[in-house]
Amino acid sequence: MSANLSAILYLVASVCFIMSLRGLSSPESARSGNTYGIVGMVIAILTTLASGTVLSFEAIIGGILIGGAIGTLIAKKIEMTALPQLVAAFHSLVGLAAVCVAGAAFYSPEAFGIGGMEGITTSALIEMGLGSAIGAITFTGSVVAFMKLQGILGSRPLVFKGQHFLNLAILIGIIYGIVDMTLNGEAFMFWMITIAALVLGFLLILPIGGADMPVIVSMLNSYSGWAACGIGFTLQNNLLIITGALVGASGAILSYIMCKGMNRSIINVILGGFGGGAAQASGGPAVEDDRPVKQGSAEDAGFMMKNAKTVIIVPGYGMAVAQAQHALKEMVDNLKRNGVKVKFAIHPVAGRMPGHMNVLLAEASIPYDDVFELEDINSDFASADVAFVIGANDVTNPAAKTDPTSPIYGMPILDVENAKTVFFVKRSMSPGYAGVQNELFFRDNTMMLFGDAKKMCEQVVKAM
Amino acid sequence: MGFTTTITEKVQVIQGDGYQMADQFSNMTVENGQEMCTDPTILGFTVFILACFVGYYVVWRVTPALHSPLMAVTNAISSVIIVGALVAAGGEFFDVSKIMGFIAVTLASINIFGGFIVTQRMLHMFKKKD
Repeated sequence: MSANLSAILYLVASVCFIMSLRGLSSPESARSGNTYGIVGMVIAILTTLASGTVLSFEAIIGGILIGGAIGTLIAKKIEMTALPQLVAAFHSLVGLAAVCVAGAAFYSPEAFGIGGMEGITTSALIEMGLGSAIGAITFTGSVVAFMKLQGILGSRPLVFKGQHFLNLAILIGIIYGIVDMTLNGEAFMFWMITIAALVLGFLLILPIGGADMPVIVSMLNSYSGWAACGIGFTLQNNLLIITGALVGASGAILSYIMCKGMNRSIINVILGGFGGGAAQASGGPAVEDDRPVKQGSAEDAGFMMKNAKTVIIVPGYGMAVAQAQHALKEMVDNLKRNGVKVKFAIHPVAGRMPGHMNVLLAEASIPYDDVFELEDINSDFASADVAFVIGANDVTNPAAKTDPTSPIYGMPILDVENAKTVFFVKRSMSPGYAGVQNELFFRDNTMMLFGDAKKMCEQVVKAM
Repeated sequence: MGFTTTITEKVQVIQGDGYQMADQFSNMTVENGQEMCTDPTILGFTVFILACFVGYYVVWRVTPALHSPLMAVTNAISSVIIVGALVAAGGEFFDVSKIMGFIAVTLASINIFGGFIVTQRMLHMFKKKD
């Protein structure tokens, strides 16, 4: 196949990928979007195989069969609650693959047409170093994120003195290494850069707490794109550059949306240390646990919701942990049969990755027309009879509006307090991720429903 | 006679000028030719910046409800680095770069299959149920 024809086919594949993202602008067109993605990938792979640069096929067939089988198996088995871990794990694989491709290009540049016996071209060396470094950071960073999400590592931020200086030193070391490798083209430097980047990825994500995981997963998504870009520059392949830029932009936008959802700056998230304990110190005397709260029963909740006109349900990660979405769906069906209008309100950072809660509700067959984003539903709370908060906490805390000393001050919240009655389904009075007590628990129109989210929903159904 | 000589002389002068100009022109074309042939890195950079803009505008239009499928599908398509891995794994001889290529093909395949299938599963849930 001529180089021009491959280039054109790669362009077709790039357009397919753009269309694939474009399809996600609405649930109706989304499935065709995924098909575009698959078509693009098939075109890209076949074009490469036919381009004449591939001389033997055993290793390729073996790799695709093994990888394909593993990927298919995992994707079919995975629980939707475990989606964030899965995505983090997948990001790590992209990172590692990028490192491998950069390494392969370093050892046999002539196969990629970026240099021969006399050495690799300077620009290819720079790009190779960058691609490998970003890939390595993505790899170990995603592994740490995976372990935190999976609960192998505690979600508490691990902070130590001089951490940021150490990271900065490693970063400078990597940049120096890339310059040195570009000048001398030694394999030793290539591996030093890669190892330093692996360490850096590990150190960068360790200090970040569980509450910030949605940002981190998005950020690593972005990194995996930039790594692909780096490889694309090395191999002078526009398809990789375009795709990498698309993915990089996507991850960056998601990180931005997540940061805005928590009113934090990306720098602040990266520096880490948020969530779990740290907040108690700054929260100060606002934490008063001994105030009385009104405790309700499933019967109270069932009775009040059945007689309500409108109920807004606010699901949070707690709902996902308890696997309560199906029980919740049953409760909602019951309410709808009684003529109650039920809506769902989703905070941008509900769940542990962007859009996680929407997927969980969709999995429970809750129609997406009933599910609303924060800015679309916030004004409706005032006219709602009941707000049913299940497994969410910080995202409803009015301290975000009223208390400038609170660590969550400035974060956009769902105004559940405006509803006539607020139910909180919670296991205990323990504060949320941010470590702040929720003022709402002590309000007169609030009723606490203590217990497991799933069991509580089932009891409410029974009571109705 | 004198008349013809001057004409011959003039013609020779003009001819000389013509050659000179032709030389200059041809030099200019060569120089221009070199300038036209942009460094591939710059071309790549052009593509890169344009793609960033496309990505920016396309992704902002994605509905927030589908942000999880967006991550899963971007994850799958970023594994297009398999293109580089294929070249390495398809090398003629058994060497370091072939081993690395094989590893990369395997890893990227996990991602491609896993990413697209999990996206399909998610999007299937967002079907209208009537």
